Amino acid sequence: MSDTSTHAEESVDRETAAMLRPSSKSPAARMLTTVLRSREIAIAGVLLAVIVAATVKTPTFLFSSNGWRDLLLTPSLLILLAVGEAVVIITRNVDLSVGSTLALTAYLTGRLFVDQAGIPVVAVFAIGLLVGAVLGLVNGLLVALGRVPSLVITLGTLYIYRGIVLTWAGSNRINASDMPDGFLSLGTKTILSIPVLTMIAVVVLVVVGYFLYTHRAGRDMYAIGSDPDAAKLYGLKVRQRVCAAFVLSGALAGLSGVLYAARYGTISSGAGTGIELQAVGAVVIGGVAIFGGSGTVWGAAIGALLLVTINRALPILGIQDFWQQAVVGALILGAIILDRTLSARRSRKLIEARDAS
Amino acid sequence: MASDVASTPTLELRDVAKTFGPVVALSSAAITVHPGSIHALVGENGAGKSTLIKIVAGVHRRDSGEFRLGGQTVDFSSTAESKAAGVAVIYQEPTLFPDLSVTENIFMGRQPLSSGRRIDRAAMYAEAEGLFDRLGVHIDPRRPALGLSIADQQIIEIAKAISLDARLLIMDEPTAALSGVEVDRLFAVARSLRDEGRALIFISHRFDEVFDLCDTVTVMRDGRYISTKQVADTTVDEMVSLMVGREVGELFPKTPAPIGDPVLTVEGLTSAGVFHDISFEVRAGEILGLAGLVGAGRSEIARAVFGVDRYDSGQVRLNGVPVPPRNPRAAIRAGMAFIPEDRRKQGLVTEASVARNVAGVIRSSLSKAGFLTARAESRAAEPWAGRLEVKTGALDMDAATMSGGNQQKVVIAKWLATHPKLLIIDEPTRGIDVGTKAEVHRLLSELAGQGLAILMISSELPEVLGMVDRVLVVCEGRLTANLDRDEATPETVMRAATHSLETQR
Repeated sequence: MSDTSTHAEESVDRETAAMLRPSSKSPAARMLTTVLRSREIAIAGVLLAVIVAATVKTPTFLFSSNGWRDLLLTPSLLILLAVGEAVVIITRNVDLSVGSTLALTAYLTGRLFVDQAGIPVVAVFAIGLLVGAVLGLVNGLLVALGRVPSLVITLGTLYIYRGIVLTWAGSNRINASDMPDGFLSLGTKTILSIPVLTMIAVVVLVVVGYFLYTHRAGRDMYAIGSDPDAAKLYGLKVRQRVCAAFVLSGALAGLSGVLYAARYGTISSGAGTGIELQAVGAVVIGGVAIFGGSGTVWGAAIGALLLVTINRALPILGIQDFWQQAVVGALILGAIILDRTLSARRSRKLIEARDAS
Repeated sequence: MASDVASTPTLELRDVAKTFGPVVALSSAAITVHPGSIHALVGENGAGKSTLIKIVAGVHRRDSGEFRLGGQTVDFSSTAESKAAGVAVIYQEPTLFPDLSVTENIFMGRQPLSSGRRIDRAAMYAEAEGLFDRLGVHIDPRRPALGLSIADQQIIEIAKAISLDARLLIMDEPTAALSGVEVDRLFAVARSLRDEGRALIFISHRFDEVFDLCDTVTVMRDGRYISTKQVADTTVDEMVSLMVGREVGELFPKTPAPIGDPVLTVEGLTSAGVFHDISFEVRAGEILGLAGLVGAGRSEIARAVFGVDRYDSGQVRLNGVPVPPRNPRAAIRAGMAFIPEDRRKQGLVTEASVARNVAGVIRSSLSKAGFLTARAESRAAEPWAGRLEVKTGALDMDAATMSGGNQQKVVIAKWLATHPKLLIIDEPTRGIDVGTKAEVHRLLSELAGQGLAILMISSELPEVLGMVDRVLVVCEGRLTANLDRDEATPETVMRAATHSLETQR
């Protein structure tokens, strides 16, 4: 027995010890290690490096009023989508219909201003959110009651929602002149050099992030993603929570649809095509496990920021179109491989530590 | 205890029946548990204890019968309802969320809240520490549940049940993976809960534990209520005869077979964290049993030998020829057959016909120019199905509609069609009703008689003792005993299965 225990002390390094006995540290030290070791910090580091590289090459990338504004403004919509997508993925599901939902609510926003002249902007926001939530509810009900994988359900609704926009809009296009200036200016307006869109995205992020961490429903979502069968045995409201995740994702897609209209001014039926995959990519890059149960919306938001910023920085760095796409692909693959390797290593270490004890 | 008999029973079940498709799990089950009592529920595996528990827990709904909790008729359709009514269940196999912390696992769904309905994490951790203190264990409340040993997982389940403040606590073989010290601690907790006036149901296969802990015992057999006795008024022998209700020899028709040369030789097989330095051999005509507690690593060893799982070091040889690791196809070619534990998921295409299932593994040798006809499949399947007396109307019947025993025979037929030299079979009779069990046993015995080497994994001790020529006992991933048929008794096997647990801690 004695030789196994010395072997044990060697194999149980400090990292494993920290996993086994996190309470041995003071609360402050614990928080510091958690933050420093988190995926979020690693991605933020990559993001910072990209910004620095682009700025060195072209100083206006950051140091100009437009550069700074674009850096914050461009990713705002994707951050909103990624936050919703992250919540869905945490419950071990996926929502591929967010791009179509965005298009539907964006076109609806334009139509509301055209057909109901003088409609208050607040009402448009409320309607956008509500319509998005209803579309999300359709997804959620189909997934929760139909017992069909969400990948298939939301792939279906991706085409159905897009089809609705296509039929409704046809070749019509909403132009900036159709919408009131007060609404359009929201899209680019800044307060204290922070764009309003970014503020909205950050507020949503903080609220959702706080909710997931501190409320029972939020923790339920992690539990459901971690082990759906155990969640059922625990008596958690699995269907209700999964449904809620889809409603949130839909509502945020609806909100981004309204903001899309304000930001770009022109809306055609092809708005937001393919953005759902960017959202999934951002979530994965941000360290949310694709099989659910772990990760945070903070990571997803930083992932969205990184994805958009890299897309803008690569042309500045003189990288060809093909490689720009490939870099994004490599980033997603790298994130998934890193995720698998880290979690495999973690469980192996914990099991070895158990063996040794 | 006995004086409380006059009070309203906490739980009362009468004439409860439950069927799953063609399988009758419970025909007329009954149990009455009083507050302040620890009630043992005993019976062979497959007697219906787990189904009974799941009905009380709200996992299954009874087909008929009475179900009263605290005197009131109830009908749970979800586990949340039974929890709310004060029923806590510790399942045989722990169900935890690996990604979440130990504390979150205990309080999931009913975390202590502070203002604004926010989770009060500080209070939650403090309460978890309190629970662990009460149980006398040292588990960091903030560590993830991932990587906990089975015993520690069980402790988490118990902590969860205690924190529920339940009036009825059901423990389904909670001691199966615990060491002596841990069992003592659990019993102390159980007694203190009893003294608080709660009712406990305790399922165990270890009679010493039943006599040590419980005051009343209910025996079940074949889905039926048999008898309820005061523990003080009964004996082990009486309980065994009530449980079995028939001669053991009838159940396990072991025919002695001549034992030949070694077929499978395993040397120093090691997989970090799963099993260590496993060496054994199986001879032609021999049935070798692999016994041990749930989670000891038996199935993992079998999966590694067959090449499904990876291993770090060691060697597997079949008839002296090394079998490459991580390559089940090579293992099949070399002459191995593997029947996994969960035949519905891993061993059988339940939507396909019997013929297609049987012909499945030899498909490549049946196809002509890459095409496979249903006729060729039927032709190949017929002799095997006939030999095993698979009772299906026709070979084109879907496997899903067959009983567990017949499904198992189809799986065995499927592998025999490959003419194996070694058959690895994991839990051969799990989920099979008692009548058909004997048929599966007779079949295995016959196959050994024809010179097949069989490696059998089983959690049912009577099955192991009745069927095998030799038994290897695994404990926490290590071989702790190699017993011949006449040395193997329930005591020697159980001691070896819990041995290193007790010496290590």
